[in-house]
Amino acid sequence: MTKLTTARMKELASKHAIVLVLAGLVLFTGLFESSFFSTDNLGNILRISSIRIIIALGVGGVLITRGTDLSAGHTAGLCACIAASLMQRADYATKMFPHLPYLPVVVAIAAALAVGLLVGLFNGLVVAFLRVPPFITTLGTMVIVMGVAGLYVDRPPQGAIPIGGLRDDFTSLGTGSWGPFPTVIVIAAMMIFLYWLMLNWMRLGKNTYAIGGNPEAAKVSGVNVSWNLVIVYMLGGVSYAVAGVLLAARSGGATNNYGNMYELDAIAAAVIGGVSTAGGIGTVSGMLTGVLIFQVMDNGLSSLGVSPYWQLIAKGIIIISAVAIDIRKYNSRK
Amino acid sequence: MNDEGSPYRANQAPEAHSSLLEMRGISKSFPGVKALDQVSLNVRRGSVHALMGENGAGKSTLMKCLFGIYHPDGGEIVLDGKPITLRDTRQALDHGIAMIHQELHPIPHRSVMENIWLGRYPVRNFGLVKIIDRKKMLRDTQALFADLRIDLDPEAWVFDLSVSKIQSMEIAKAVSYRSKVIIMDEPTSSLTGREVEHLFGIIRKLRTEGVAIIYISHKMEEILAIADDVTIMRDGKLVGTYPAAELTTGLIINRMVGRDLTSRFPVKANVPGETVLRVEGLTSSEHMSFSDVSFELRKGEILGIGGLVGAKRSELVESLFGLRGIKTGRIWIRGKQIAISNPIEAKKARLALLTEDRRGTGIFPALSVFDNTLIANLGHYLRGLVFLDRARGVADVKRNIEMLRVKTPSQHTFIENLSGGNQQKVIVARWLLTDPDILILDEPTRGIDVGAKFEIYAIIADLAKRGKSIIMISSEMPELLGMSDRILVMCEGRMTGIVDAKEATQERIMTLATQFKLQAQAQAQ
Repeated sequence: MTKLTTARMKELASKHAIVLVLAGLVLFTGLFESSFFSTDNLGNILRISSIRIIIALGVGGVLITRGTDLSAGHTAGLCACIAASLMQRADYATKMFPHLPYLPVVVAIAAALAVGLLVGLFNGLVVAFLRVPPFITTLGTMVIVMGVAGLYVDRPPQGAIPIGGLRDDFTSLGTGSWGPFPTVIVIAAMMIFLYWLMLNWMRLGKNTYAIGGNPEAAKVSGVNVSWNLVIVYMLGGVSYAVAGVLLAARSGGATNNYGNMYELDAIAAAVIGGVSTAGGIGTVSGMLTGVLIFQVMDNGLSSLGVSPYWQLIAKGIIIISAVAIDIRKYNSRK
Repeated sequence: MNDEGSPYRANQAPEAHSSLLEMRGISKSFPGVKALDQVSLNVRRGSVHALMGENGAGKSTLMKCLFGIYHPDGGEIVLDGKPITLRDTRQALDHGIAMIHQELHPIPHRSVMENIWLGRYPVRNFGLVKIIDRKKMLRDTQALFADLRIDLDPEAWVFDLSVSKIQSMEIAKAVSYRSKVIIMDEPTSSLTGREVEHLFGIIRKLRTEGVAIIYISHKMEEILAIADDVTIMRDGKLVGTYPAAELTTGLIINRMVGRDLTSRFPVKANVPGETVLRVEGLTSSEHMSFSDVSFELRKGEILGIGGLVGAKRSELVESLFGLRGIKTGRIWIRGKQIAISNPIEAKKARLALLTEDRRGTGIFPALSVFDNTLIANLGHYLRGLVFLDRARGVADVKRNIEMLRVKTPSQHTFIENLSGGNQQKVIVARWLLTDPDILILDEPTRGIDVGAKFEIYAIIADLAKRGKSIIMISSEMPELLGMSDRILVMCEGRMTGIVDAKEATQERIMTLATQFKLQAQAQAQ
């Protein structure tokens, strides 16, 4: 066994600082709020985190390429609407498509994934081939997706209608369990595993880090930069679609406001988890830790009775501090 | 003298040819290199002082010390008889020292006059509010241009101007600081003959007004046409300062290179075989780049490419590798005519390129040695369709870093923690894994310490012996002569000759690198 010298402990601490922060946060909250450690509460934190980590994975992948994806939240929202609209009970009064026959759940999921994939493809093509900066591209896409979602649920003259009355076989995706584990957590775990495989064991992942780390060198090395970018944005789109389906299933409905601002939470979580906005750096475990930190904070501060407005202020300060520290770490290595 | 601080001091009938600027015993070291060693420079008032030397002789470093960009480790700078210290470029400008860089960086989406007066716009005060006085700015600019006989609209957008116009603007800007000394770094590198004449007109005018011009250039004819004094540097040391009238091209070249081949090179045992690459009439699609380059490369041969900065050697090899466009010309590889439009196709044609800028286009600083080595060749490490065979990768990386003697704690160390020489070896390993026939090495030993250089030479010699064909760009004369079988020399985008390294001398290569005209005459006879 390696001896734990002070230097080594320091090195470990700085390497895993973010995990320590999470542990500290958990202990702190647990000390002040005994119900924090109840199975119910912990399960709840994980369930809510599940959807967020799925979006954070998609955004995180894009961040590693030196990009960003502002369309993530609203894409998830659009996909939630699409899945939900296909899964309404036959007897529901304000059904969106009154004459829609009974469809298997798989069809709703496939439709949502296809839409997510298309949005990602669009982002990727614009960024890779038209060379529009990712921030602008995905800002535009976000606005377009908001419009599309609005059109989709708009039923003049009543206006936009919330989609309710979802079938139990669909909502069980969000509320049910596989064996002892809640389904959402299982699906999130699968997505985490897939992204981990992609980033660590596949050519696509290696190229993704290379493109983010030094795009010029990647080009010289014969990496197909453009198509790799397109695929990473497409994977992002698929992740948001998965999150969207789960959002609809868990809440038993959807509106065109679903997913609003989720992309900002995802970017914040990824950055807190050590994904560099300068590209080329980031891990799946970091993204997961980032998401959990925000969730534990939300949960802990709420149960301590801290005003939600103060919570927002705290969150903002944490995001800025994390990046300030991250940039110093990077500079010191130069 | 009571005119201290007078703006047009330099213009007021100075004592002719007195010493204006003296740099005494300037030394400057960077980690691992002594860039300047006790260099002195004495510039007379109202003179054009040429500064010459090979690439890396220390000309730019010396000028950066004078312009406040670098701080010398030792020595002193005396201007007008008074010692000065320059902490930054602002102070240099305040002392009347201006520099026009080789690469111009104007603000494109602003007008000419806004570029000239940037940071010191004339203002009118309205109580607490200051408003930019555009009328005064326009008048001042017009006066400045009239004085220098520059034909340029002060309100034109820089975006729309040609390089030569931008340069006129930069000169006017330098003059507008009421400069006593103006440094011009390769000012003619992107100018046509007529534009050069115009520039010389401005320079002569400034000279009569007592301004001293320090003129860095590699072009012999220009130096002999415009310079009064010539200072020659070599390897960070001063060779001497001579009146231009006493110099000839031959004398300058002799003093620029005048050193023996003392560096050691490995014994080469490569035997060039059949032709693997043939290039005919290759012309760049870029403006003012290379044109009409033809050569052959044989199996197991080391072809050096020599030339000075601006000879467009990197542009040539980057075009071969598909990173830049080609307008005309043909390329045959192993007897088959081929078109390469991107690095992916270059790799398929079994070419490899080690770029000149290791940090910019070589390494992935945030990735490990392992990832840096495999990145160009991941397709060969797939097990099935998508997953990488890590074990095979680790084994191959291990074999290569041992063969190239990369000094690294492990292959999972971040590459940026290695020394420059070891980083370079990792990039060589990266390309060796793609099993290339032709390796293009652009300045392979730049920024590498002497010991590691020899190891890189040994690797190059060994690769050639094993039948790889090598193209090696180098700005170091001994390296070119010591390593190459043949040397292709370029000058200002044109090929000026291919010489057998055994018969070549430094003087011969320098002549080719500086005067394609001479070569044309020689061939005509």
